[in-house]
Amino acid sequence: MAKKKLTFPRKNIALDMTAMCDVAFLLLTFFMLATKFKPDEPVIVDTPSSISEIKLPESDIITITIDKEGAVFFGIDNQTTRYKLIEAMGDKYNVAFTDFEKNEFALSSTVGMPVGSLKQILSTASGYEKSKIKQPGIPIDSTNNQLRDWVDLGRRMNLEVTGKVPRVAIKGDKNSDYGVVKEVIATLQDLNINRFNMITSLEAAPEGTPAAMAAASEE
Amino acid sequence: MADVEIKEGGTKGKQKKGAKKQSTRVDMTAMVDMAFLLITFFMLTTTMSQPQTMEITMPDKQENSDDKMKVRESRTVTILLDEDDKVHYYQGVTNEMPEVHTTNFGKDGIRKVLLQKKQEIGKVRNPESGKLEDGIIVIIKAKDEAKYKNMVDILDEMNITGIRTYAIVDITQGDLDLLAASETAAAGQTVGG
Repeated sequence: MAKKKLTFPRKNIALDMTAMCDVAFLLLTFFMLATKFKPDEPVIVDTPSSISEIKLPESDIITITIDKEGAVFFGIDNQTTRYKLIEAMGDKYNVAFTDFEKNEFALSSTVGMPVGSLKQILSTASGYEKSKIKQPGIPIDSTNNQLRDWVDLGRRMNLEVTGKVPRVAIKGDKNSDYGVVKEVIATLQDLNINRFNMITSLEAAPEGTPAAMAAASEE
Repeated sequence: MADVEIKEGGTKGKQKKGAKKQSTRVDMTAMVDMAFLLITFFMLTTTMSQPQTMEITMPDKQENSDDKMKVRESRTVTILLDEDDKVHYYQGVTNEMPEVHTTNFGKDGIRKVLLQKKQEIGKVRNPESGKLEDGIIVIIKAKDEAKYKNMVDILDEMNITGIRTYAIVDITQGDLDLLAASETAAAGQTVGG
């Protein structure tokens, strides 16, 4: 038998990409409008989990981060507030920040060092490099409780800027000592902040417990 | 066939001689590539959900101690959080030297204890509203060496077991003494037995 040569009809394999392109750009537009960039965090914090499903409000938040070594960081979400806050802190601690340094501070989300050494960092490093510097944490001892001033002035400035008293959220690492958390809570109580949130990650309520039954009856 | 078709005039007269028929096909592959690349970027950088939180209300420090609730002492269960994820608990007040038990955060640990105590203490009529409420009052005290996770876990246990009345209180010397006493007693027992 003679071998038959296999021949394929030549086909044009170009696809019509118009529809795909349309969808791609639609999604792109959606994500661009819906996106809110993750704030850069100076430390990685592994939050403990709880069954609580209360969401953190989107704006007007003061975040107090506690890392596993017990260093305390302070963050507030509004940029204008941060600008005013650094001015107020500078006045309080007699540190004269330049406009450049104030802007630099307004652009970075979290602070974790004594006010005294803040000027040097803000003047020398750009925002990007700053995130690489290990911040030692804000002093919270009773003789030099700078966290108290940060929170106090932060609340006042935010009230001035947005007209709202911000909510305080504590974001602690699983393995941070309770002693530090206790100091932070005592500081908040000292400022008459008795309601605050603790940021946790979600886990399901264990079966057979009152919480699980309550959740089931709701559904 | 990433192309845009252009309909010819059809039956309309002759084609002009000079007007060359040019293909208007546009290759969109590169554009789609780029669009998807950007989508991926935005999808990965975006934070869609807000983190979960736990709400805590602490008692007012400045409040007068006169209007503090007076409760039967046997209704209170005190939980002491210790290092290495240990949990101690006792019922009643410190100066009566109550028996201190030790347990853990496991499934059969503190949760079982709390549910059992809740049942034991039973319901109490609220003098203001007249409604029956759980009588158990949990006082949470943590040693400085305890981890933050322990505190969140125990607050979570309060939610899980449905205990509404609890308070976070600083640990006192009395509690520490009680703990030390129970530990030496336990050590003595193991040596003696």
